[in-house]
Amino acid sequence: MSLSKIKFDKKIVLSFWIILIALIIAAPTLLPVFRLNLLGRYLSLSIVALGVDLIWGYTGLLSLGQGIFFALGGYCAAMYLQITSSSEFPNNIPEFFALYGVEKLPFFWEPFRSPVFTFFSIWIIPALVAGLIGFLVFRNRIKGVYFSILTQASLLVFFNFFNGQQKLINGTNGLKTDVTQLFGQMVGSESMQRIFFWITAILVIIAWFFAKWVVKGRFGNILIGIRDDEPRVRFTGYNPVIFKTIIFSIAGGLAGISGALYTVQSGIVSPQFMTVPFSIEMVIWVAVGGRGTLLGAILGAVFINYAKSLVSEALPASWMFIQGGLFILVVTALPEGVLGWIQGDSPRNLLQRFGLKRKIETYPSLEVNNKEVENE
Amino acid sequence: MNNKDLLNLIDITVSFEGFLALNKLNLNLKKGELRAVIGPNGAGKTTFLDVITGKVKPTRGEVIFKGKSLVGRKEHKIARLGVGRKFQSPRIFENLTVKENLEISVTTPKSPLNLINKSIKDEQLNEIDRLMKIVNLAQKVDSKAGSLSHGQKQWLEIAMLVGQKPDLMLVDEPVAGLTDEETDLTADLLRSLSGENTVVVIDHDMEFIRRLDSNVSVLNQGTVLCEGTMETIQKDKKVIDVYLGRPED
Repeated sequence: MSLSKIKFDKKIVLSFWIILIALIIAAPTLLPVFRLNLLGRYLSLSIVALGVDLIWGYTGLLSLGQGIFFALGGYCAAMYLQITSSSEFPNNIPEFFALYGVEKLPFFWEPFRSPVFTFFSIWIIPALVAGLIGFLVFRNRIKGVYFSILTQASLLVFFNFFNGQQKLINGTNGLKTDVTQLFGQMVGSESMQRIFFWITAILVIIAWFFAKWVVKGRFGNILIGIRDDEPRVRFTGYNPVIFKTIIFSIAGGLAGISGALYTVQSGIVSPQFMTVPFSIEMVIWVAVGGRGTLLGAILGAVFINYAKSLVSEALPASWMFIQGGLFILVVTALPEGVLGWIQGDSPRNLLQRFGLKRKIETYPSLEVNNKEVENE
Repeated sequence: MNNKDLLNLIDITVSFEGFLALNKLNLNLKKGELRAVIGPNGAGKTTFLDVITGKVKPTRGEVIFKGKSLVGRKEHKIARLGVGRKFQSPRIFENLTVKENLEISVTTPKSPLNLINKSIKDEQLNEIDRLMKIVNLAQKVDSKAGSLSHGQKQWLEIAMLVGQKPDLMLVDEPVAGLTDEETDLTADLLRSLSGENTVVVIDHDMEFIRRLDSNVSVLNQGTVLCEGTMETIQKDKKVIDVYLGRPED
């Protein structure tokens, strides 16, 4: 059984790489700019989904607040673009400040004049915020559904704060990036969008390999151990708080990168990134794609979002029903997600149900001794 | 209390909202000793382990291990000091392989940086091989631990406990659900571990305790009723009344 499984996996992986590389090479020439831009956005969303898979699929932490870190990354990128493109506006500060009578740049904008600072802040700031929130929550041994509620509450706090701060970050209107300049070109222009698509595709692959590296080996095994039996990990001498804080921080950093890439390709960052449904959708992508598979998170994010845009174009207003139905279907029929279902033994089980495959013995303990089963 | 003692429990009282799970319990363990702890249901056997491993904080009293107080320390710190625990029902990581389970237990230091940066040391790999041979799981190295039989799971957990190299091993009902043959092998295994290690075994299987051939502490209503060899306690009037006199189930 294990031998055929390995071959199966290899085939999938190989065909995946061929399709992926072909897609990346061909996409800018095959797709109209509008479609290319959509694909780029959905690819960037797959990075935040990778983070969700690390904390939820591997470590068992269901966060409903990843939107916080996603939006923070987006704001960091947007602030840099706004401030470096503000030379013709009054006081040399971004245009929107004039609407609220602000004449002096708020202090926290200053460091975003530096491209180097911005480059690091996009992932380090969300990672630090996630690490801080995570540490406080995990240290107090808050877990399960209480953790989920707490992350959602934090999301609402951030949402309301960003919504109300017109004088600092343009409040509910958000920060536009498509009319700003980067390296002398308009960010929203066709050529820039093509470059962003390439950058996104490469970063998705890097993020994927990074996530694989994190869960590989003993570190990943401890994460799985925390998911399955946290007290046991503790009694073995490991401190779960540190491990959970690290992985939550990594997921936050990935969310930040994802948010920044999404922002420059959608042309705006706003508190809408921190709405409750959006963060729940991130979890749905991973659930549908397959928890604990990493690749499933990427595929889930890209395919569900692409389906969303296609369905919304054809049948406006029906997407929410389809997405809800999809989620219910996955939870009830495919609890391991689509990829988890393909990788596991389930296709065989489904075939068995229709009498197309013979049943296989999978309970090895019976041959060792069959008395003890009765004893239990 | 003297210098040869590895563990001293002094007047431990644990109160759960007024209910005394442990009541002024005193117990001393020498280095290298094998000690069996028996007692009827609700006598406080598992709470006694919870207090030592830091899961439950005693309301009053002191736990001294290797001259240090354990009260108020976190579970993972106590584990690193050298207290290992095997749970009542086998608690292994079912989604990991036998080898991965053992890797988790033998790895030192147990810091995230060490785990993510470095590969496992050769001596630790040798230790895993040795452990797998002792508990007869060498053929199952790459099987998921969840696919093992009940007895094999119990042994894997004992192997994980040994791999941690604790000075004190606390073993809670290691033979629950095992066949007679497996029970005998487990008793031999635990006996061979004492001497080098200090082992506390909790169980109510009398035959098994007899095979351990060790000192026995009888717990009743949260306190130590009687201590001594199997012969002594079997003659003790109090013990017969509360425990041995009852028909075994």
